[in-house]
Amino acid sequence: MFARRLLYWLSMAAGLVLAIVPLPGWLDPVRPDLALLAMIYFVLTSPRIAGLGYAWLSGLFLDVLRGMVLGQHALGFLVVGYLTHRLQLRMRMFPILQQAAIVMVLLGLYHFIIFWIDGLTGHGYTAWVRWLPVISGALLWPLIVAVGDSLTRRSH
Amino acid sequence: MVELTHDSRPIIGRGPPLTAYFLTLAAISIGLMVADQRYQQIDRIREFLSAAVLPVQRAVDFPFRATNWVTTSFADRGRLREENLELTARLRLANLQLQRFAALEDENRRLRDMRANTVGVAEKVLVASILNVDLDPFRHRVLLDKGAVDGVFRGQAVLDGEGIFGQVTKVNAATSEVILISDAEHAIPVQSNRSGVRTIAVGAGDINKLSLPFLTVESDIQENDLLLSTGMGGVFPPGYPVAQVSKVKRAGSTFALVEARPTAKLDRAREVLLVWFKALPVAAEPAAPVPEPGQETATPAPTASAAPSRSPRATTEAPRPVAAAPETPAPPVESGE
Repeated sequence: MFARRLLYWLSMAAGLVLAIVPLPGWLDPVRPDLALLAMIYFVLTSPRIAGLGYAWLSGLFLDVLRGMVLGQHALGFLVVGYLTHRLQLRMRMFPILQQAAIVMVLLGLYHFIIFWIDGLTGHGYTAWVRWLPVISGALLWPLIVAVGDSLTRRSH
Repeated sequence: MVELTHDSRPIIGRGPPLTAYFLTLAAISIGLMVADQRYQQIDRIREFLSAAVLPVQRAVDFPFRATNWVTTSFADRGRLREENLELTARLRLANLQLQRFAALEDENRRLRDMRANTVGVAEKVLVASILNVDLDPFRHRVLLDKGAVDGVFRGQAVLDGEGIFGQVTKVNAATSEVILISDAEHAIPVQSNRSGVRTIAVGAGDINKLSLPFLTVESDIQENDLLLSTGMGGVFPPGYPVAQVSKVKRAGSTFALVEARPTAKLDRAREVLLVWFKALPVAAEPAAPVPEPGQETATPAPTASAAPSRSPRATTEAPRPVAAAPETPAPPVESGE
């Protein structure tokens, strides 16, 4: 159990690191939200450990790292975490592609929340490029599941 | 009673119901956001949290710094010699120019002393390096490795070797966030070095471009004009290069389409300078991100003592025949003083 918890916090830290690593210009807007994807994966596979508090905290740390309005990403992560919690019994049954489709919907919702709050706080950026992470994240989902499965198996 | 629910946390020690938990955290997030927009006290929390994430930022920055260190320490002799020669040549040239500037600076200081006005001269600078951390692909912000402990304050001007770089927007304990002049939310009052036309340069969200939206078609502005900071607004020290006009298109009926290229190396600089200077004694005006009324065509500014950066007032106002066309219908933005 402890190893499992450690794994969650480490992967959160890794996701946050990857969220701020400088990327070459063309790759920058495509950057998938790895911290969010990891959170979804852990809520799906072990909802008993990775709860809403975990989701909320990762979002809050992302806010601080990016220097955004405090609570913006926290709310996004929280909403996605809550929905995943409610859907997890169904989602776990789905084949991987259907899962990826639902993940895409969740990511779209997350980016809509971020976009909406950006607009409310006066930072609105409306180019279509900002929706690219939704697609890249959904495409990456099978890989996340594969890596996550192999990691959790090893930690047993 | 056993109930089949989506809540598959352990029954014992499960904590509050999921939905209640969700709503509480959501309310906290919204409260945080509102507080962040309205109240300053929230900066304490942010400062505390940013101290917690500092190791993450350092960890991200480290490999870049290390590679840089390795490449510079193992540079081969030939390249060092070449670099040395080039630097010597540049130093010679710079020294030559300095000789001229020394006299000019003396003269300038004497004139300023005469007017008991030493405003706008950078008093103190602090070198800060930019952390290799990506904040947001759509906003031009960078993180510096100097913060409140070094005396950095909100709204402080940031320069690099070539010109004005940006200003500090957030101060944490050991780091600070800087908005670049090219950010779409930033605007800076500028003045053309050649004609003395004053206007506002607004960031365009493109690292190589500033746009000057408040210039009329009659304005005396040309390509390659150097735009200097005016020091109005009290954020930036006056007289430092901001951008060079790269494109002038006089197509429309009222406003010309003018673009300028920032002189500072916004995307390549590693080290920047934080500047302390005596601000202008103008009315307390908020920081430059709010476009201020520019006065390139209207009457001479009442606070004009502040603006002339290179020469006494009389000469800056004289050579503006085209700019000062009084018939020009002043755009609404500028009419408010």
